[in-house]
Amino acid sequence: MSSRTVQPGLSFEYVMWIFTRISGLSLILLAAIGISSAFVLGARTQVDLPTLVRWTFFPNPNHVINSEIPDVTLGWANAFWQVMQILIVFFGVTHGFNGLRVVVEDYIGQSIARPFIRGLIFLLWMFSIIVAVYVVLFS
Amino acid sequence: MGLKRRVGFFSGLKYRGGGPMWAWVFHRVTGIAMVLFVGTHVFASFFMQQTGSDLATNINIIYESWIFQIIVIFIVIFHGLNGMRIAILDIWPKFQVFQREALWLQWLIFIPVYGLTVFILIQRAISGS
Repeated sequence: MSSRTVQPGLSFEYVMWIFTRISGLSLILLAAIGISSAFVLGARTQVDLPTLVRWTFFPNPNHVINSEIPDVTLGWANAFWQVMQILIVFFGVTHGFNGLRVVVEDYIGQSIARPFIRGLIFLLWMFSIIVAVYVVLFS
Repeated sequence: MGLKRRVGFFSGLKYRGGGPMWAWVFHRVTGIAMVLFVGTHVFASFFMQQTGSDLATNINIIYESWIFQIIVIFIVIFHGLNGMRIAILDIWPKFQVFQREALWLQWLIFIPVYGLTVFILIQRAISGS
């Protein structure tokens, strides 16, 4: 019977394993808050399904600029929704790119390309976070 | 790390893991699909807004069409519910005994939620709004 050594304490993989669970549950919670707030703020009568989905996953006024919400800046463009957007983007992007990393590393194994792919995914992750925070705060 | 596999794709499919195995496979496939679709949508939206590119606009038109949304919403709801099942079973490991029942419960929640969404999507597509 073969055995493998398990590092005690916090390793990167262990932290990301926990983060995946927490961020996944948080994303469901954030989406639930977004979708129910959209209903409270008029989605029941004024908003179509695509707009509802846009609000659920990225409640940014620029994201729904072409939809039928009257006065988008009135009920939505405030600090609360900016925090919501940053949380959704942070959890979503980190969860997604970490998942991509896990799946890719599962299939490439111990190869020379591994650190490069890891670095590429890290750069994509950082780029996405920076662009998203810029879009949320300054546009 | 990196398991040595001497198993081909099709002989791998003969592994009779049943429902939980297929949930794992779909969880991976839908996860990768979401990174791909949402990533494409984000980049397309960026170029649509900044440069008004026709290609980016067409990508977003496809992305927002009801046919594509039926696929995307399947992917999102399945991945979300399946992830919730995994997280709950990981937080309370004693419920692992009931993992097959949890999978049935997951589909029992999935069918009405997804069915309602598809119903609304098709209703909107037919009425043309």
